[in-house]
Amino acid sequence: MGTCKFGVVVFPGSNCDRDVATVTRGLLGHPTRLIWHQDTDLDDVDVVVLPGGFSYGDYLRCGAIAHFSPAMQSVKAFADKGGYVLGICNGWQILLESGLLPGALVRNKELKFVCDRAGLKLERNDLPWTQGYSAGQVVTMPIAHGEGSYYCNDDTLKQLEDNNQIVWRYCDSGNGIANPNGSVGEIAGICNPAGNVLGMMPHPERAAESILNLGERGQCDGLPLLKGIAAAVEAGMKLAAV
Amino acid sequence: MEFSAREFSARIVVSLRPSVLDPAGTAVQHSLHQLGYSSVEGVRIGKNITLTLQATNADAARQDVEAMCEKLLTNPVIENYTIEIEPVAAPVA
Repeated sequence: MGTCKFGVVVFPGSNCDRDVATVTRGLLGHPTRLIWHQDTDLDDVDVVVLPGGFSYGDYLRCGAIAHFSPAMQSVKAFADKGGYVLGICNGWQILLESGLLPGALVRNKELKFVCDRAGLKLERNDLPWTQGYSAGQVVTMPIAHGEGSYYCNDDTLKQLEDNNQIVWRYCDSGNGIANPNGSVGEIAGICNPAGNVLGMMPHPERAAESILNLGERGQCDGLPLLKGIAAAVEAGMKLAAV
Repeated sequence: MEFSAREFSARIVVSLRPSVLDPAGTAVQHSLHQLGYSSVEGVRIGKNITLTLQATNADAARQDVEAMCEKLLTNPVIENYTIEIEPVAAPVA
């Protein structure tokens, strides 16, 4: 068993929570706990994952109601103390609504729900999350969203660029689609200035087992991300223990 | 006489900020053009929230609703809003 402990927050309407747990617990062997949205206890958790889905039915705006759940108050405090938080898809929408990351995700430019494999270019591999990839690596991960068009104003975009907060950008990896949803700057994932909070639209947990993606590009391209963060936590633990 | 709250109705119109693309509005505009309404120069689609609340007066009601808009009802990154407050007529005793 790994020593890095994952916690996956389950909101009413989350639907990728068990997919994440299947990878972190089943595939990678890390203790993983599902955290109900009304729970506030994160004490034993090293990495919090906000999974994809349709929390609270996406009512009002995607992620808007989840932002005020009891669990999210703990997640905000956890992130403020430097805890690792990963928001995937709806989880990223929640991070943006919560103000843990800047900007917003709005309706896809072509108005369609996009369910496809997206090319992604890694902008930085110096984060705990991305240390398992090579610099500038191009990977493929599944995307599935109706409101994944990243929007921010010019000032925020400049800040993101200046602080090196853009982690993933969409790119054409062979299917002719360079920007599947009209995101500003082709942005597919960003982190906070400290780098402990990462939000991304693509689903790394859906690109972790080759048997699910036989014959497709990027069969296991999401795995280095989850492996990477666990390795970082475990390296940190060893350092603290010395 | 006791300090009493009254019932007010608030109508909140939420619109996308001008800088945010509104693909649904653009699609509707195209459709209107196809119907022959070539005079249409722009379509923006927003939402309308109506709520009733208790407050001591209209100003207090507006302050409450503004706070609700800032915290939950709208996302200031992408949306603007306007608020209209109307007193709800008390039922005849």
